[in-house]
Amino acid sequence: MNHRGLVIVPAYNEAASIATTIQDITRAGIPLDILVVNDGSCDQTSAIARETRKAIVIDLPINVGIGGAVQAGMLYAARNHYDIAIQFDGDGQHRGDEIPALIAPLLEGRCDAVIGSRFVMKSPGFKSTFARRLGIRIFEYVNWLLTGIRIADNTSGFRAYNKEAIAFLSEHYPSDFPEPETVVLLAKNKFRIAEVYAAMRERQGGVSSIGGLKSLYYMVKVLLAICMTALRPPIRKGL
Amino acid sequence: MVQIERIQHISIALSLLFLCFIIELIRRKRIKESYALLWFVSAIVFIGLSVWRHGLERLSAAIGIAYPPAALLLLAVGVLFLILIQYSIIISKLSSENKRLSQEIALLRITLEKKIFPRKHTAQDAHDEES
Repeated sequence: MNHRGLVIVPAYNEAASIATTIQDITRAGIPLDILVVNDGSCDQTSAIARETRKAIVIDLPINVGIGGAVQAGMLYAARNHYDIAIQFDGDGQHRGDEIPALIAPLLEGRCDAVIGSRFVMKSPGFKSTFARRLGIRIFEYVNWLLTGIRIADNTSGFRAYNKEAIAFLSEHYPSDFPEPETVVLLAKNKFRIAEVYAAMRERQGGVSSIGGLKSLYYMVKVLLAICMTALRPPIRKGL
Repeated sequence: MVQIERIQHISIALSLLFLCFIIELIRRKRIKESYALLWFVSAIVFIGLSVWRHGLERLSAAIGIAYPPAALLLLAVGVLFLILIQYSIIISKLSSENKRLSQEIALLRITLEKKIFPRKHTAQDAHDEES
């Protein structure tokens, strides 16, 4: 059992937090390669990430959005034959020391994808706005209805995938605001999804990609995308 | 009667001019044939309606529009809708191709970097290259 794991860190203008994020991932206590996907940042994200000398950095020539950035990481993972890919935000929200617990279900072969959620257990540390919690609740029920799988936090970007899921997602990762949609896509294609509790922090730097009027657009866009994904026939055949 | 003829002449002239403009754009390779097809068809439809004077009246009567010019506007709006939807399709395709290309560029660049400056990469990367 010698699994090779890659931590994919999508980063768009995360100069303030990228170095601490990389540092934090090394605290996972297991050998992991770190891949920072610089999504066309206009700040020093790439240079700072390279300076740490602990991460491989790839630079997307244009800003393709979080979905495209994570997909680039999946492509890298697939082509370099990684067994496990961990998606980890560049803004300091996620905790490196939670990675072993996150990937445990994959190593045991219990599932193909794991989502780290702050809602699976009652977590005293993390507070979210009412609107955000409402949105997350809506996704929980809509995805449950569409896929029969109940995930408490479909918006979490703290995830891990096995080899089969990496190969699939490197070709079919959704764009724009991909997290809830990816859950439906994976479920639709008969991947086994698990959710584990993961402690998270308040963001360390940068700004959330979602807020204000944009959150309404986010909800509508994502709900449309989820329904369309559910309507499409599965891509993965021969199961 | 004279006025109707005048508008007929003008509309035939304008439709022909429009058709020539589209043909010229295709000839100069400013528009690809596949994308000009809808414009081409609409130009021909408008020429047809200008030449065939009672066509518009028949058409509007057939679909129950009392005022023939309204049918003409409906037709024009319909054609524009189709063309705009075609644009949305093309833009979506372009943006996903763009995304894919930039991902490939980023991956090619890191492969090159590893080949040219192997020492700049971490010890963890080293086993990537071996495998």
